[in-house]
Amino acid sequence: MSNARGSNVSRLVGAFEGKTALIPYLTGGYPSLDGAREVGEAYIEAGGDIVEIGVPFSDPLADGPVIQGTTVQAIRNGANTDYCLDLAGGFACRVPVVFLVYYNTVMARGTETFLSDCAENGVTGLVIPDLPVEEAREFSALAAEADVGLCPLAAPTTSERRLEGIGAAATGFVYCVSVAGVTGVREKLPPQAVEILRRVKAKVSAPTALGFGIGSASVARQAAREADGVIIGTKLMQIVEKGGAEAAGAWLSEISDALPGVEHH
Amino acid sequence: MQQKVSEQSGYFGPFGGRFVPETLIHALEELEDAYERYRNDPKFTEELEGLARDFVGRPTPLMFASRLTEKWGGANVWFKREDLAHTGAHKINNTLGQILLADRMGKSRIIAETGAGQHGVATATVAALYGKECVVYMGEEDTHRQRLNVIRMNLLGAEVKPVVSGSKTLKDALNEAIRDWVTNVEDTHYIIGTVAGPAPYPRMVRDFHAVIGRELEAQSKEKFGGDPDAIIACVGGGSNAMGAFHQFVGRPDTKLIGVEAAGRGLESGEHGAPLALGRVGVLHGSKSYVLQTDEGQIVEAHSISAGLDYPGVGPELSYLKDEGLAEFVSTTDDEALEAFQYCSKAEGIIPALETSHAIHYAEKVAKDLGPGRNIVINLSGRGDKDVEAVTEALDLYKTSSDVVGESATNPNGTDE
Repeated sequence: MSNARGSNVSRLVGAFEGKTALIPYLTGGYPSLDGAREVGEAYIEAGGDIVEIGVPFSDPLADGPVIQGTTVQAIRNGANTDYCLDLAGGFACRVPVVFLVYYNTVMARGTETFLSDCAENGVTGLVIPDLPVEEAREFSALAAEADVGLCPLAAPTTSERRLEGIGAAATGFVYCVSVAGVTGVREKLPPQAVEILRRVKAKVSAPTALGFGIGSASVARQAAREADGVIIGTKLMQIVEKGGAEAAGAWLSEISDALPGVEHH
Repeated sequence: MQQKVSEQSGYFGPFGGRFVPETLIHALEELEDAYERYRNDPKFTEELEGLARDFVGRPTPLMFASRLTEKWGGANVWFKREDLAHTGAHKINNTLGQILLADRMGKSRIIAETGAGQHGVATATVAALYGKECVVYMGEEDTHRQRLNVIRMNLLGAEVKPVVSGSKTLKDALNEAIRDWVTNVEDTHYIIGTVAGPAPYPRMVRDFHAVIGRELEAQSKEKFGGDPDAIIACVGGGSNAMGAFHQFVGRPDTKLIGVEAAGRGLESGEHGAPLALGRVGVLHGSKSYVLQTDEGQIVEAHSISAGLDYPGVGPELSYLKDEGLAEFVSTTDDEALEAFQYCSKAEGIIPALETSHAIHYAEKVAKDLGPGRNIVINLSGRGDKDVEAVTEALDLYKTSSDVVGESATNPNGTDE
């Protein structure tokens, strides 16, 4: 799959060119195994540029109660890594897919197997919230070899010295965390978010995407002034819970329309 | 001997590391810097040792357990009496060290996780001593199993937050504490209660508990003229075991034996024995043996003792296992309950259910070694907290059938 449109990694990075990339998140296997496919399709229809799939893990310590709840349900529904790879494969011919995956899930499958399976199924990048760059050295090399991008996190608490390491490790995009906290919707864009984006952009050439807490068109618009991409998770999972894929798609369309300079599919 | 070099980078051989969200890295670096700066600072050491002596009651005694020695008919049995430390368990050693660091780092708020509640009580105690706000996360199931400790924490001014996610036990309390820490990292210090978690916790917690082994070494010389032939300790996360073992690691004449929870039996799948049956993985910030499925989902542990009910284990213990520097075995719920009762009756000491696991296995060690040798059981905590749980498990509540003070002339039974 990676050869048809150039490399996985260049495809991922290409999604940020000339526009603010809209990156909706879904928990693989939520609200049901088939339901998650419908959610992803709705995202793509609504203008999602990159689909982020959360691979369900029993102990997701970077996530707040909403995503944690969807994860528990997804595991009960029978979602596993094989299923998430298959789900990714279904979307990958239309948009790049990234996985949000905890490191134990990677280790359990075996790092090299996990990476080659990702590449095979069109997973272009990985966000691993519990793998800071110091622990990722060996992993980075293997990921590069497998043509899967690494998307390290940068937080408001990240030091200047560490930003350089994060920049060096980022073969995909840099996932900028808007606040010190877990995932969850916040009312407005906190000042730290602007600050971390500016600091990352000053040091790092990879595209930046802002996540954690974006739950309205106005916040997304504010974020897009600074970030190359906007990641939306908790709010979408709340909408999926109440109204399903259709409602999520409708809401995401509004965000998509609100983002400046977005070129729709 | 252990690889001191790899310890510096937060690893024990291949185990350990710092697998946490980026937001926490700064706090861990800050903690590591503070620990490196103060661990050999004379003022810090003096304050810690003063409190250990006057507040905790150290040194804790090394006591000859004569009745168990006689009952088992093997090696001499000694108890290292950590149950006599203030608040009733070894946990206070670590919380005291960490509150001193938190204070020097200017943190006003303390959080902790707890299983059996002893770490929660110890944290609430030192937070009270230093006038800090304190929140303790505890699995909802454990709040019921350890009601007495919840009351103690409340009395000490801490807020106990029951955790209803997952298995509602220690593992989930750790998840919630980490989430709190990620959110409030600026003013909050997380006092992790065991030798698990991201670097520098495993090494730092071990160092604060290593006083157990240092005292034990000196007391052994005084009481029986040399090192013990074996030291036996229960293992949940592994803090009391590492505290007792550290001074003796790499000495061939002292066997180090850690006892995990076999729960309803290793073959039942309901246990807390990751060193026996886990696979290497990442849980709560470090790489170690973990109970998990082939897919990497963490498996819920089971033990009758809330403090051993944990699917992971400290990374240094994984290292000691793989290097053959310590031996790890397991004891079932029923065996621990049995030891809980006979220790109470034979020695006049009601041990924690956690500790009872070690006591049960010690019988085999004592018999294998034979008379004239010396074994030390690290009596990690007292069992007051477990009395209700044990009563329920064994239907123990009874009084003598002889009623004292009943009077034939007073049918209402009053004493007037």
